[in-house]
Amino acid sequence: MIDVQHLTKDYGAYRALHDVTFRVEKGEVLGFLGPNGAGKTTTMRILTGYMPASSGTAKIAGYDVFTQSVEARRRVGYMPENVPLYGEMTVRGYLDFMAKIKNIPRAERKIQVERVMESTRTTERSNQLIEKLSKGFRQRVGLAQALLGNPDVLVLDEPTVGLDPKQIIEVRNLIRGLGGDHTVILSTHILPEVSVTCSRVVIINDGRVVAVDTPDNLTRRLRGSEAIQLEVRGPRAAVTARLQSVPSVTAVTIASDGRSDGVTTYNVACELGGDARELLAAAVVGGGFGLLELRQAGMSLEDVFLKLTTDETDTGSGEVAA
Amino acid sequence: MTNVVAVAERELKSYFVSPVAYVITALFLLISGFLFSVILLQSNEATLRYLFSNLGVIWLFITPALTMRLLAEESRSGTIELLLTNPVRDFEVVLGKYLGALGFLLFMVACTLYYPLLLFIFGEPDPDVGPMLTGYLGVILQGAAFLAIGLLASSLTQNQIVAAVLTFAILLILWLSESVANFVGRPMGDVTRYLSTTSHFQDFSRGVIDTTHVVYFLSIVAAALFLTLLSLQARRWRA
Repeated sequence: MIDVQHLTKDYGAYRALHDVTFRVEKGEVLGFLGPNGAGKTTTMRILTGYMPASSGTAKIAGYDVFTQSVEARRRVGYMPENVPLYGEMTVRGYLDFMAKIKNIPRAERKIQVERVMESTRTTERSNQLIEKLSKGFRQRVGLAQALLGNPDVLVLDEPTVGLDPKQIIEVRNLIRGLGGDHTVILSTHILPEVSVTCSRVVIINDGRVVAVDTPDNLTRRLRGSEAIQLEVRGPRAAVTARLQSVPSVTAVTIASDGRSDGVTTYNVACELGGDARELLAAAVVGGGFGLLELRQAGMSLEDVFLKLTTDETDTGSGEVAA
Repeated sequence: MTNVVAVAERELKSYFVSPVAYVITALFLLISGFLFSVILLQSNEATLRYLFSNLGVIWLFITPALTMRLLAEESRSGTIELLLTNPVRDFEVVLGKYLGALGFLLFMVACTLYYPLLLFIFGEPDPDVGPMLTGYLGVILQGAAFLAIGLLASSLTQNQIVAAVLTFAILLILWLSESVANFVGRPMGDVTRYLSTTSHFQDFSRGVIDTTHVVYFLSIVAAALFLTLLSLQARRWRA
């Protein structure tokens, strides 16, 4: 549904995105996770056609966001960061206007507006001026606006920022409910948020995609295992058993096979703290196998995680400072 | 086209909920009403001719305040991002914004229609209808040109005050360029005289519709709107 290929964006001399590539399948809820300034908003602005990429392509439902911009935009509901709204309009007036520029036929407009207000629970405030609304309600109006016209793709930039815990849970439930019918891509810098709402996560840091995985796998990696990659010559079963005998090793997986010379690449997960590399090397050599390579893998991911907000409780204060 | 109407309608509505627009309209009616009565008492003529040339001066001060918000505020508050990421083409935004402002200007002009009404009721003999109609046409055309320039200025900045001051500066230069003509001599003087709004306005209040003048004002509108469109597209590239 969303196909991003080799996206690069330069702001003058500063390169905000480096060769970003990822795909989102229909009905998926994809989390776009990264610390502040990683390039999440830039990616979303390119996807929604707000600004062009310096190079690379992005397609939404097969339409290029740059060359077939209007067609692509028709299929996207977008909620920008900070949710810019027209303060002097009422909630209903605003949604009605958005429905018009989304080209929703007159007959359907009223029904759609009622429907999105219902699903975001803004009906009770429908006749209030937007500028008088609390942050939480504005956020919901922003979401309601994105849902108008039942777009195939929803792009939500930091949808839970500035909400109180109860509202956060509501919005997350709402987003989770959107998967299936809609393809959702949401950005966040809060780690637990992706585990509750997303089926897949793209981690981005300094404009580069660092990892693409399911939230469970990512949390497992975060829980602190250190990944070490080895290339060893020798019978697989024996080598695996030998590696597992090292005390701090928690899992051994085979990363590649199909090499005729008996060399296999193993991914070894170890407990965090205490470098297991020496022990592993000793174990391999001691067992009489040939050690061709041994290196630490996945460190960059750890670095990203360090920068992420992992604690739900400090999101509020962290956001004020940001 | 529905997008243009939607944007224009929203813009027009937002004028009517904005205190600025009410203050401007009140001020406009106060000044023009004052001028109307003073001119009428002094000349004892049932004509709006002298009032029309004064309305041109009032536009000079009022239109920057009407247009300063149009695009500057959208880009300051970020609402432009939502507007441009919806299936709305750039020219539809420009045209919609412009028509919204023009609609408000027409509303202000409509508020002055009781002046001719008074003249028709109390004027002896009945005033001449022709010059009144052409005068109003001139006032509207001039206002339309000023609004287009104001929209252009508003697209160049995020700051409303900057937009207003820039608009006023451009309008003042256009307004005064006729008087420059007398100093700079023939070829250059002809150019500045042609560019001056004053020289193109006079005929309308005399009851004459000269196509050169109509073309002049309409070309300002077209040129300014086109430049606004470019400025909006350039923003997309820069952002």
